[in-house]
Amino acid sequence: MKTILVIGNGMVGYKFCEKFVAKDASKNFKLIVFGEEPRPAYNRVHLSEFFENGDAKALEMAPRNWYEENEIELITNEMVTNIDRASKTITTLKGKSYGYDYLVLATGSSAFVPSIQGIEKQGVFVYRTIEDLEAILAYADGIKKNASSKPKAAVLGGGLLGLEAAKAVMDMGLEPHVVEFATKLMPRQLDIRSSKVLQSKLENLGINIHLGKATNQILGNAAITGLEFGASDKIDVEMLVISAGIRPRDELGNACGLQMGERGGIVVNNKMQTSDPDIYAIGEVALYNNMIFGLVAPGYEMADVAAEQLLGNSDKLMSEAIDMSTKLKLIGVDVASFGEPFMPVQMGHSILFENKTKDLYKRINVSHDGKKLLGGILIGDVSDYNMFHQIYLNGMPIPENAEELILGSRNEGGSSFGSSMDLPDTAQVCSCERISKGTICDSIKNGVCNSLEDVIAMTKATTNCGGCKPMVVDLVNQTLKSLGKEVKENICDHFGYTRQELYSILKIKKIATFNEALDACGNGGGCEICKPLVASIFASLYNDTANKEVAIQDSNDRFLANIQRNGTYSVVPRIPGGEITPDKLMAIGQVGKKYNLYTKITGGQRIDLFGAQLNDLPAIWKELIDAGFESGHAYGKSLRTVKSCVGSSWCRYGLDESVGFAIALENRYKGLRSPHKIKGGVSGCIRECAEARGKDFGLIAVEGGWNLYVCGNGGATPKHAILLAEQIDNATCMKYLDRFLMYYIRTAAPLMRTATWLDKLEGGIEQLKNIVINDSLNLAIELEEEMQFLVEAYKCEWKQAIENDEMKSRFKHFVNSEESDNNMAFVPMRDQYMPKPWGN
Amino acid sequence: MESIFMNYKTTNISDVNVWFKATSVDEFPDDGGVCVKYKNKQIAVFNFQRKGGWYACQNVCPHKFEMVLSRGIVGDHNGIPKVACPMHKKTFSLETGENLNGDLDAIAIYPVKIENNFVYIGFSE
Ligand code: SRM
Ligand SMILES: Cc1cc2nc3c(=O)[nH]c(=O)nc-3n(C[C@H](O)[C@H](O)[C@H](O)COP(=O)(O)OP(=O)(O)OC[C@H]3O[C@@H](n4cnc5c(N)ncnc54)[C@H](O)[C@@H]3O)c2cc1C
Ligand code: SF4
Ligand code: FES
Repeated sequence: MKTILVIGNGMVGYKFCEKFVAKDASKNFKLIVFGEEPRPAYNRVHLSEFFENGDAKALEMAPRNWYEENEIELITNEMVTNIDRASKTITTLKGKSYGYDYLVLATGSSAFVPSIQGIEKQGVFVYRTIEDLEAILAYADGIKKNASSKPKAAVLGGGLLGLEAAKAVMDMGLEPHVVEFATKLMPRQLDIRSSKVLQSKLENLGINIHLGKATNQILGNAAITGLEFGASDKIDVEMLVISAGIRPRDELGNACGLQMGERGGIVVNNKMQTSDPDIYAIGEVALYNNMIFGLVAPGYEMADVAAEQLLGNSDKLMSEAIDMSTKLKLIGVDVASFGEPFMPVQMGHSILFENKTKDLYKRINVSHDGKKLLGGILIGDVSDYNMFHQIYLNGMPIPENAEELILGSRNEGGSSFGSSMDLPDTAQVCSCERISKGTICDSIKNGVCNSLEDVIAMTKATTNCGGCKPMVVDLVNQTLKSLGKEVKENICDHFGYTRQELYSILKIKKIATFNEALDACGNGGGCEICKPLVASIFASLYNDTANKEVAIQDSNDRFLANIQRNGTYSVVPRIPGGEITPDKLMAIGQVGKKYNLYTKITGGQRIDLFGAQLNDLPAIWKELIDAGFESGHAYGKSLRTVKSCVGSSWCRYGLDESVGFAIALENRYKGLRSPHKIKGGVSGCIRECAEARGKDFGLIAVEGGWNLYVCGNGGATPKHAILLAEQIDNATCMKYLDRFLMYYIRTAAPLMRTATWLDKLEGGIEQLKNIVINDSLNLAIELEEEMQFLVEAYKCEWKQAIENDEMKSRFKHFVNSEESDNNMAFVPMRDQYMPKPWGN
Repeated sequence: MESIFMNYKTTNISDVNVWFKATSVDEFPDDGGVCVKYKNKQIAVFNFQRKGGWYACQNVCPHKFEMVLSRGIVGDHNGIPKVACPMHKKTFSLETGENLNGDLDAIAIYPVKIENNFVYIGFSE
């Protein structure tokens, strides 16, 4: 049996052990691991989480007994001080020696501490180990206790780690200042423009940024009191965290005469061998291709290569090119950079997109022939990062107009191009664990895995930095689908049914409260997905208003108003068809004035009053109701407005009385709860001033009656409504609409507008015509009766709420005080005001 | 902003020095919450009847720093009681405060006890 000594039990040293013992041939070796730190290897990448929970155990790569189970001898708290290559032994600080057949150096790196005058002062720290963090926390507590105002702390270095440290310092309750020598942030990853966008985001978050500053001196007596940049240029800070780069911990290798890089690092070949073939080096101590890689993914690959080489698999070599793409994992700040972020003109050209008001910046670099994506930078929206990264890594083709990559991606959620299933099987999806698309998909195809959880448990994909998660989820779902194992679109964990199934169950069993529903066909305690959904079904079945079971309503329904950016609410009285008398206009004006509300005409032909405090809502509504208004249901998934044009009463082209009909329809369907919101429109002629074909239902007056269109919408994916029936009279319109709407309410998935519903309806518009006009399902009467019941059961829920003291009592910010929320801040805007912008 | 968070620290039952008598049990909707004012703190308190538990946490959501969690929907996720913020539906464990569907900071959790039909929240100060 041969002995391998692993020096260093960090992330890469651990990964070496894991890869090594996973192979059968490892039985012939004895592994002994030395770690200088007091605890087994932990996930340094997630070090900052220690601030949140102080839970060192949660960060462990594997618990101590994992090493025992795998017959690895782990010796922590033991620093190796000497290697004697002649006798093939090492010695530790505690004076013990061990012989070896092979050595693996995984000693990582330490924070680089520049030699600035005063650097030894109290309150100066580095950011690398759990012990560093503990010391920083203790010191921060001390200065906070003695301070009258919030103490300031600086972070030296505006790179990836420095920014992470700055966020941590801020979370500790100190005022963070990032000091960077370069004139931009993350100088290795970002260009000047993206740095500016990032800077503005960070400043909004409360992180102060000082660029182009060389620190001459650290001020203070025993403890730090400030940093001096120039004669009269300094800042006062009481703590400093240094994050100015890393230096490989190569002292052992240096002392025993291994070949070293000019600026440090132990030179290795593509087998991870140092100049002594029995000694390997991996991770941040290893100099490969004349580079030290400050990232964990290349370190893991090195661990794998070294393990394979030692077990005699000499084909396994380190990749030639190392991918340095990165994503910043600061909460609230999305930054990613991949491939070649800067583009030398001889290699290709760049396409930029910048929106300063939204702190968005996207840059892609494309080869001169327009065929390859060479790299790029994303700030503000990194949803396309994984896909870009894969396109870049795999040299996949890109659209002829490369700008579509960044400009076409404004569709909801999804990415603008291709699907992750188009990737080649070899595409490395999880770069930390080196898991390819093929491995993930095959694990499902060959039946080993049946779910995302299975795949994660088997491959460890997503468990390190987590950046690949969206793509892994997508691959798993797509593969399951392709096998016909369609992931059933169950509502959530609490109900194993689709919305349509649950609708029928609740209807047949006449279930009318949420807990009854759970007892009858669900399990657990419910959640934010199933509760509002069940509430909506109850409303569709019984026309229950949102006052009945308040705690299962979405927040907007619970308070019968839309919650706004700062926790205030909006008030939208119904103005059917957009027709309003001067008196009613004045009534709205008076309410707006009295309660100091921001007032705006909406896109739905009515008036929105914003900024109402929860406590004021009942009084505001009382005044509006007294003036003859009703709830506009602007908060509900329900009928919103039926927009009208002025029509034949005034308009010289009008063919019918569009306003009157719009009012009739709006009054008929007001309060109707549905899977998503419903909007209507009625135009007096084909000029279509009411944009009826942009609505879920729309009527256009033509010679001889109305043309009825259905399933249109504006919104994120605009769709024109499609002709359902031609030249019909008012009564027929209403009859068809009753049937159409009721059928939609019964069968659509949650939050599915009519257009998407029609897309999914088998047989499409022809089938819908059959159901609505020809009554092919023999449902027409039933649907009409259901609708008639709902129309008759209508109540204005605001009137109901203010007339009942118990219902009214929920409109309070505090249960035990009449005060309103004092956390709100407003700023003036034009002649009115708005909520203070969010920090990020 | 972050100064708001400094105001809230998870309090274990062993750290409780003050049991603040907040309000009567009757003030609560079934399986829903209210907001309680205690000194300069806003605390969201939930009566999660279905799971037979009372829970309290900071009212401020760590996502956009609004005082809104008490208006959120309670539920459970793999058996863990949770609240969903009404603004953007970030969910937090009511047992540990952990953000269950993202990597936001954990929220602070406070102990609750019920005596003679009154709800008490435990604070260390
Ligand atoms: C106030 C208003 C904008 C304005 O100042 O004009 C508005 C404001 C909001 N819209 Fe809208 N939409 C408003 C007209 C529209 C229109 C135009 C129209 O109705 O003619 C559209 C496009 C037409 C359409 O819906 O097909 C529109 C498409 C959306 C969408 C996208 C829907 C879609 O299917 O993609 C949303 C998001 C959603 O509902 O999920 C949305 C959601 C919202 C919400 C409710 C977002 C929210 O949850 O806070 C906004 C809250 C308003 C509030 O607090 O009162 N709003 N919204 C308009 C209110 C109309 C009304 O009187 O009720
Ligand atoms: C706060 C922070 C955030 C990071 N975020 C990211 C990120 O998002 N993405 C990314 O890819 N990378 C990130 N990194 C970098 C990543 O953590 C490193 O690339 C990785 O830890 C390197 O692993 P390693 O095993 O080579 O070195 P280390 O993890 O440093 O392990 C080396 C170990 O060897 C021990 N040792 C050294 N000398 C001796 C000796 N003589 N005897 C015994 N033991 C010895 C050390 O004490 C240490 O425990 C981050 C690093 C930090 C500090
Ligand atoms: S659609 Fe235009 S033209 Fe036709 S009636 Fe209406 S306002 Fe007049
Ligand atoms: S503010 Fe709570 S989820 Fe966004």
